[in-house]
Amino acid sequence: MKKHTLLLFKNRRPGECVFLEEYRRQGGYTALAKALKQMDPAAVRDAVKASGLRGRGGAGFPTGVKWSFFPSEQPGQKYLVCNGDEMEPGTYKDRQLLEADPHQLVEGMILAAYAMQIPTGFIFIRYAYRQAMHNLERAIAEAAQAGLLGQNILGSGFSFDLHVHGSAGRYILGEETALLNGLEGKRANPRSKPPFPAVRGLFDKPTTVNNVETLANIPHIIQGGADWFAGLAYTEKGAGTKLYGLSGHLERTECHELPIGITLGDLITEYGGGVWKGRAFKACLPGGASTPFLTAEHLAVPLDYEALEQVGSRLGTGGVTVFDDHTCMVAATLNLNRFFARESCGWCTPCRDGLPMVSWLLEKIEKGQGNMDDLDMLRGQVRNINGRSFCALATGAMGPVESLLRLFEEELVDHIRRGRCPLAN
Amino acid sequence: MAPELLSPQKLEEFRKRVTRLEHPRELVIDVLRAIQEEYGWVPDEGVVLTASLLGLSPLQVEEIATFYDKIFRQPVGRRVIHVCDSICCWSRGSEGIVRHLQDRLGIALGETTADGAFTLLPTCCLGACGQAPAMMIGFTLYGHLDAQKIDAILAAERTGGTP
Ligand SMILES: Cc1cc2nc3c(=O)[nH]c(=O)nc-3n(C[C@H](O)[C@H](O)[C@H](O)COP(=O)(O)O)c2cc1C
Ligand code: SF4
Ligand code: FES
Repeated sequence: MKKHTLLLFKNRRPGECVFLEEYRRQGGYTALAKALKQMDPAAVRDAVKASGLRGRGGAGFPTGVKWSFFPSEQPGQKYLVCNGDEMEPGTYKDRQLLEADPHQLVEGMILAAYAMQIPTGFIFIRYAYRQAMHNLERAIAEAAQAGLLGQNILGSGFSFDLHVHGSAGRYILGEETALLNGLEGKRANPRSKPPFPAVRGLFDKPTTVNNVETLANIPHIIQGGADWFAGLAYTEKGAGTKLYGLSGHLERTECHELPIGITLGDLITEYGGGVWKGRAFKACLPGGASTPFLTAEHLAVPLDYEALEQVGSRLGTGGVTVFDDHTCMVAATLNLNRFFARESCGWCTPCRDGLPMVSWLLEKIEKGQGNMDDLDMLRGQVRNINGRSFCALATGAMGPVESLLRLFEEELVDHIRRGRCPLAN
Repeated sequence: MAPELLSPQKLEEFRKRVTRLEHPRELVIDVLRAIQEEYGWVPDEGVVLTASLLGLSPLQVEEIATFYDKIFRQPVGRRVIHVCDSICCWSRGSEGIVRHLQDRLGIALGETTADGAFTLLPTCCLGACGQAPAMMIGFTLYGHLDAQKIDAILAAERTGGTP
């Protein structure tokens, strides 16, 4: 295997957190100094665009393109919001990053704010992440003390204030417009788009929302250059590294920083220690709970945005959950769907009423009480929910269900024919 | 002594912050969380207090308080156990973990033990998927759970220590 470079986990040590002194000793904040002294905001935006960085929050939208839609030149209040909600089951990378090296996010946000000429930033962080929140509060205080945050940063004339906002738990707050409502202290239903947040976002002002990992990559891009960053990936179209969080039926379930485009098989054998208990690989979710399943025929697929779309799935958040050959895929999909049904904000009918219906059908089949018509009903629900929900929660929920029908139809039929779960003991 | 909704210092701190903010409403979760940390849960008076601090109606606060599953609008035990039932924990035996917790505590999900020590609630992913199965008690995260480990944790949490 090719040797790879660590950026985001460069300073990670078990049970430790790097703060200002050590971060600077490892080269931290030199990218900020470089940008403020040698680059104008447009040059920072161009570098990010040229790097090919894609958003690490799940949707994978090119970060530089998103920033180029932002009215950077418009004077007045604008906001930068970091999405640290991270409630997609299987996803725990942002926590790992914040618990190990919070200054990377702080530096990345100052750079992003400079690039888009934004005076105020918020880091939105989920309820359960108390340690990460403390680390960030300390990092922000240290940066402010050192003149890296606040008024006239490093004598450049640029000013930026950064605040941490603790949430109280609900998956929907990760959806960027629901998050903005949540930050404003309103009920966190998503907002209709357009207008997009870049036009009318937090408190009706232009706003950019980016994921923790996305923003933490910015200092490295500025430091190493766009071409170098793009070249870190194993695939032509990929760019940079990715935090892949392993979970499920593996011998080792840890989070690793690896080049974009490592194959699923290599990730599982080299880093996950293989499927646990000497069992065989049956399926996995490649990028969190809302990504369609992959099977053993996909082990050679490189984990990047394009390749996964070609095989009908998504890279999502890069949280890889593996299932062994003792797993009932109907039961697994039922568990996933129940999560989405419970987390529905209830705003729109396809989601509020459709997801419980899907759970009901899957439960019926899993218990051996289903019939062939239920499969058609299930297909109908997928068709009706997919793309028709107000936000992407319900559409995302259909990812696993659609792939269950596509890849594991035999297993569904087997449940119905036998009148029981063939894998239950 | 009955617990206060908010200590005088906290109350003063929020009053000050409100005057500095253009949109005081953004503090609603902070105030609700602070009340919960001091009082254990958010009673009606807490909703009214939050509303008056931030210049909102109690109904505006209520629709937020009831949206989040980590804000409690009913009394809970001294320790709230959030046990994860999402996919990674499920794949590594969370159903058995939940059963064991129910057996040991003698309560069903959503209930509080008779001595008021524990409330048991299911939760979505805790971001501890690599340590599955996992649970959180208060803000303390416990991973790689099995029956034995749970017994030790419960015993320690009951007496206020850590295992
Ligand atoms: C239901 C739902 C939940 C989401 N949860 C998160 C999350 O926890 N963290 C995150 O960064 N993005 C999440 N997203 C994606 C965000 O809406 C948004 O695309 C992202 O924060 C943009 O950042 P990026 O461009 O850097 O990826 C979620 C989207 C949906 C529809
Ligand atoms: S899809 Fe679900 S979560 Fe999204 S707006 Fe509709 S009800 Fe709410
Ligand atoms: S699925 Fe249980 S902690 Fe993530």
